[in-house]
Amino acid sequence: MSATVATPVLEVQSVTKTYPSEPPVEALRGVSFVVGEGELVAIVGPSGSGKTTLLHLMGTLDRPTTGSVRVTGLDVADMSDRELSALRATRIGFVFQQFFLAEHERALDNVADGLLYAGVALAERRDAAAAALTRVGLGHRGSARPTQLSGGERQRVAIARALVGRPAIVLADEPTGNLDSANSQAILSLLEELHDGGATIVVITHERAIADRLPRQVQVLDGRVVEDRSSAGGPPAGAAGPVRGAPAPPRGADGDRGDAVTG
Amino acid sequence: MTGKASPSAGALAPGDLWRVAVVGLRTRKLRAGLSALGIAIGVAAIVAVLGLSSSSEAGLLAEINRLGTNLLTVTNGESLFGQPAELPVAAPGMIGRIGPVTEVQYTGAVGNVNVYRSPLVPSIDTNALSVAASSLALPSDVGTSLASGRYLNPATATEPVAVLGAAAAQRLGIDRVFPGERIWLGNMWFYVTGILNPAPLTPEIDSSVLVGFPAAETYLGFDGHPSEIYVRAATSEVDAVDAVLGATANPEAPNQVNVSQPSSALVAEADAQAALNGLFLGLGGVALLVGAVGVANIMVISVLERRSEIGLRRALGATKSHIRTQFLAEAVLLSLLGGATGVVLGTVSTAVYASTKRWTIVVPPLAWGGGLGAALVIGAVAGLLPALRAARLSPTEALWSI
Ligand SMILES: Nc1ncnc2c1ncn2[C@@H]1O[C@H](COP(=O)(O)OP(=O)(O)O)[C@@H](O)[C@H]1O
Ligand SMILES: [Mg+2]
Repeated sequence: MSATVATPVLEVQSVTKTYPSEPPVEALRGVSFVVGEGELVAIVGPSGSGKTTLLHLMGTLDRPTTGSVRVTGLDVADMSDRELSALRATRIGFVFQQFFLAEHERALDNVADGLLYAGVALAERRDAAAAALTRVGLGHRGSARPTQLSGGERQRVAIARALVGRPAIVLADEPTGNLDSANSQAILSLLEELHDGGATIVVITHERAIADRLPRQVQVLDGRVVEDRSSAGGPPAGAAGPVRGAPAPPRGADGDRGDAVTG
Repeated sequence: MTGKASPSAGALAPGDLWRVAVVGLRTRKLRAGLSALGIAIGVAAIVAVLGLSSSSEAGLLAEINRLGTNLLTVTNGESLFGQPAELPVAAPGMIGRIGPVTEVQYTGAVGNVNVYRSPLVPSIDTNALSVAASSLALPSDVGTSLASGRYLNPATATEPVAVLGAAAAQRLGIDRVFPGERIWLGNMWFYVTGILNPAPLTPEIDSSVLVGFPAAETYLGFDGHPSEIYVRAATSEVDAVDAVLGATANPEAPNQVNVSQPSSALVAEADAQAALNGLFLGLGGVALLVGAVGVANIMVISVLERRSEIGLRRALGATKSHIRTQFLAEAVLLSLLGGATGVVLGTVSTAVYASTKRWTIVVPPLAWGGGLGAALVIGAVAGLLPALRAARLSPTEALWSI
């Protein structure tokens, strides 16, 4: 493999997901794409198109009905629930629309909890949390409770929590869904900055305008990928699209690579 | 780096387990407090019952020890024909010659004589008091003392003078002695020179009016036969003395003599009192059961309400076992909190009550250890099902519920 081609962090291959409800819902009907190290990808599509389902599969929170999902080369199908938990603890960071912060804990401890299940001692977790808060521009608000923070600040805390273990990939489900447009723009800028710093990030959104800001967009509709393109020019590295051989996405300095695994 | 080996997850460090276990208690303090209350009440009841019964038993035994376990009582039994037998007049003297006997005092029941506050009281109002002639050092021998005035002495024993037992004084309405105080006894006035404190070992003295032997013979037609002999013996020889008392007191008819050890009756009474507490222990158990249901209930609700927290934790990498342990630890902590509060409450109530009774405070280890142990078990049992449910929740189900 050439040094200019990014290592795949996430490989989704012919994935389908059928919910066994009555009647059964085919949420995904054969999805394939690859996210390389250091990419910033938007998955865009209307409500109900299967984006959240896809995020859960990428995040190993659920298993595909058919097809395969590989995270950092590890096939989800081969792993026990326990191993998947450990994978999430060390290599995947999540950001949710509803933030999911613990209100009785200060921001610093919310962020530190991102490493709670990674086997890291409390003091180290707090050090890493302070660094992560600084990265999202909230280095001075570590002792604030979530209730004392604005919506934009809360989402920054949640992003810091996703980043604190320097996971191989960060998955964000509608991260701006609960924010006004000014805050949305600020959060997008932050994600771009983190991407410039080397982090691998997948952003799920139903807003075309948000997706268009990001370097690569994977468009889903009715459980299928209908388009996969890079705004920067040709299609992305490793994309399951018809065109291959795109340049590698930008990478940060080695010390700040987003795929470092703690623990 | 893209690791090829699967990462593995371990258990949380104790400090971290503590931090996640207190989340529910910190965020829902009032609710947690109320559900722990049931356990607290149950444990408090059990600790207090066991503590009080131990303290009262200890108090009673201390009292018995103070009064002495070496007192033996000789009383007249019945003759072959069912008539009250008489003890020989010489019996006290004979008993006094038994080696290990250290003290002999005696009374003689004076029959057909009643006592009244004054001659104006109707003759049927006898107050169930009895009149007895007494030897001169009776109070210290039976373990009592004078509440007021003085006891009979060689001079007053020949005069119409009386000393009242504690209950007798109360029933006659005389609470202290003053010059000229007198009672109507056997159709004449007797002067009251003393009132006794209660004599727990010999309650028959409490309800007696005591006069001197010579006075009883002179004024009340008493025949001079003792009816109760109170014998103190060296503690180690009590059984040996007990064995020979009957034959010594009445050599001609040893089987017409009853010998008893008053302290052993009181010890039996203390034991019986402790047994009675089974009922209260049962009530404490019921309170604990109610508390257990409360804890289980609160944990079920907690798991339902905290689905998104569970989902988030799973996303952060918590295993099923992490989730299970968290909720189990929370239930145990909640229950232990109630248990510890109960132990404190139970101990404090025991201490307060025991100190008003001047008992030594005894809370047996079984009481507080058992209380805490019961709380621990209850927490684990009550929390098990909710914890299993929380762990079974799939991460996506948990995240979707919001
Ligand atoms: N647990 C579930 N059981 C049954 N159907 C589901 C479940 N979750 C999602 N769906 C259905 O799957 C489809 C895709 O949902 P989702 O992935 O949430 O889409 P999006 O995030 O793009 O709005 C929808 O039709 C939705 O109703
Ligand atoms: Mg969605």
